[in-house]
Amino acid sequence: MKIGLFATCVADTMFPEAVRATATILERLGHEVVVPAEQTCCGQMHMNSGYRRDALPLADRFLAIFGDLDAVVSPSSSCVGAVRDLYPKLLGIEHPLLERTMELSEFLVHRLGIEDVGASYPHRVTYHPTCHSLRVTRIGDAPVRLLRNVGELELVELPDASECCGFGGTFAIKNSETSSAILADKCSAIESTDADVCTAVDGSCLLQIGGGLSRRGDRVRAVHLAEILASR
Amino acid sequence: MRPPAESFPVAASQELRNSQLRANLGNATGAIRAKRERIVAELSDWQELRDAGSAIKADVMANLDTYLLQFEQALTAAGATVHWARDGAEACAVVAEVARARGVSEVVKVKSLTTDEIELNNALAQRGIHALETDFAELILQLDGDWSSHILVPAIHRNRTEIRDLFKRTIAPDIESDDPAVLAEASRRYLRERFLDAKVGVSGANFGVAETGTLCVVESEGNGRMCTTLPPVLVSILGIEKLVPTFTDLEVFLQLLPRSSTGERMNPYTSLWTGVTDSDGPQELHVVLLDNGRTRVLRDEIGRQALHCIRCSACLNVCPVYVRTGGHAYGSVYPGPIGAILTPQLIGIENAPSLPFASSLCGACYEVCPVKIDIPRVLLHLREQAVDATGKPGERFAMRSMGWVFGRASRLRFAQRLARVMQRPFVHSGMIHRLPPPFTAWTRTRDLRPVAPVSFVDERSSKKGRE
Repeated sequence: MKIGLFATCVADTMFPEAVRATATILERLGHEVVVPAEQTCCGQMHMNSGYRRDALPLADRFLAIFGDLDAVVSPSSSCVGAVRDLYPKLLGIEHPLLERTMELSEFLVHRLGIEDVGASYPHRVTYHPTCHSLRVTRIGDAPVRLLRNVGELELVELPDASECCGFGGTFAIKNSETSSAILADKCSAIESTDADVCTAVDGSCLLQIGGGLSRRGDRVRAVHLAEILASR
Repeated sequence: MRPPAESFPVAASQELRNSQLRANLGNATGAIRAKRERIVAELSDWQELRDAGSAIKADVMANLDTYLLQFEQALTAAGATVHWARDGAEACAVVAEVARARGVSEVVKVKSLTTDEIELNNALAQRGIHALETDFAELILQLDGDWSSHILVPAIHRNRTEIRDLFKRTIAPDIESDDPAVLAEASRRYLRERFLDAKVGVSGANFGVAETGTLCVVESEGNGRMCTTLPPVLVSILGIEKLVPTFTDLEVFLQLLPRSSTGERMNPYTSLWTGVTDSDGPQELHVVLLDNGRTRVLRDEIGRQALHCIRCSACLNVCPVYVRTGGHAYGSVYPGPIGAILTPQLIGIENAPSLPFASSLCGACYEVCPVKIDIPRVLLHLREQAVDATGKPGERFAMRSMGWVFGRASRLRFAQRLARVMQRPFVHSGMIHRLPPPFTAWTRTRDLRPVAPVSFVDERSSKKGRE
């Protein structure tokens, strides 16, 4: 299959290792991964912040860049959610590509039917299901299925897992105190698991969680799911 | 309805410092949430019920003119007097006039958000009439000059010791215990005589049935039934969006509402009455149909779904923002996610532009809403209106610039390179701990990963270029 890698601006700027890992996993499975050099941003930030009209040209670019690929796969479920949910709802866009745009773990489990990617990761890991992955892209337990098959990995359940981490895009800045109060509870929950690593399928939420854990002086690291799945 | 006194971030900042409030809220909302989840899970057709509730409300909004006239006709035929109120002042004047005609100085009230919205108690007080709140929590707030912070549990921010002390100062000087049963008994004794003396009762309504003219009040304490049956005169005020077409439609909502709000299979006290019944209950019934901004909301095809709300408060209890800040931060009688989309529409976005941004867009509200109001969608819609109406030039410039940067990959690459250079003085042992404004808002409580040395897209493209 010819798969377009939708890196997303946040992940590619802050977590390029997660984007690289996504490509590695797909290539190991024998797919051709195309990384269009012209890609930038899907427009989620503009759509979520009240600048819908500024998102329109970005959506047009996205469709022009990825339009004729068999599938578009991304390490960010909220960006996939923006394309699949907000493009039609907010921008009135209908395009066959929207359905073919998927987050990595849902692509592996739901589209390819693969739950074991042959990874090995000798750490105690807890998984934070991000809000958009639960309620917008609805990837369900795809990440957990994949994690269960990672060799040497000890998966520990996160208390109140489905609670938001408080990121919310510009919310983290505009309402930083509320955002931080939400984050504090998430960090406490993560600490209570005694995990080495907290993982998720959204770089932006990992930026928030990782930033909170680091400020608290915790030894827990925030690592993207793709990196774990690419580890051997 | 008055605009919030402060913007949400400012008001929230105050509330967040109250650790007792956060603990109370966390416990109370956590308990209701768990109960709701358990009780909802019992119904295999819950999603179909939500669909039905949503469809009925959408039909009501699309044909509101027809249903309202039908409702008025049925009510009039059943012996009630119907009043149309364009705004809060007109609605308050109706109640005041009814009380004046009866020569009373006190009316007894059922808990009603609609009357809070129009500040009925204040309006009556200005005319020398005391409106006595008879719901336990509302009574507590009234006695203390406080105001509601939750749609369903208005005194959720108060604990029982505070309430015991308040009662000691006001209605029960001899009270010692803060046992909930003792507190409830004190209020019961205080209220019982007032119920028996009352000549005028005032209520809101959860539903009005267009077909029959029936009003419905759903409550848990029985005080509502006292107010709607004991006084000889009753005034019921309801927003024009509260209609359902037929009596049968109540079947859907009387399943959705108690399970969503209190996590109960069936509501404890459901009062239904149709006009005036000879020698039974109030012999004079006034029904006030209130607009107060609702027809303006109705004009907005995306925003109007906020009018579908049946005031269950499930969205408050699951909202990560509400659970931390409490209701007062929203500066409105309608707090939480529903308040964030309803208040700005009722009073005009320019009067509450910060409310649609008081959300992390986590979507938990949409998931629990019994009538499937797509709250995140409406929030985005209102954010756009807020930016158009009151957007700050600095932010607008920043967003436009970002849009321009994202317009070409070469520009994004340049911006990344620039960030790498500019972040240098701030990176210490691999992390950024402090940044200048506006990023201070991030680094005050969180560290930040620096921009990576090379992006993957860049890495792959340059490799491709060399090949």
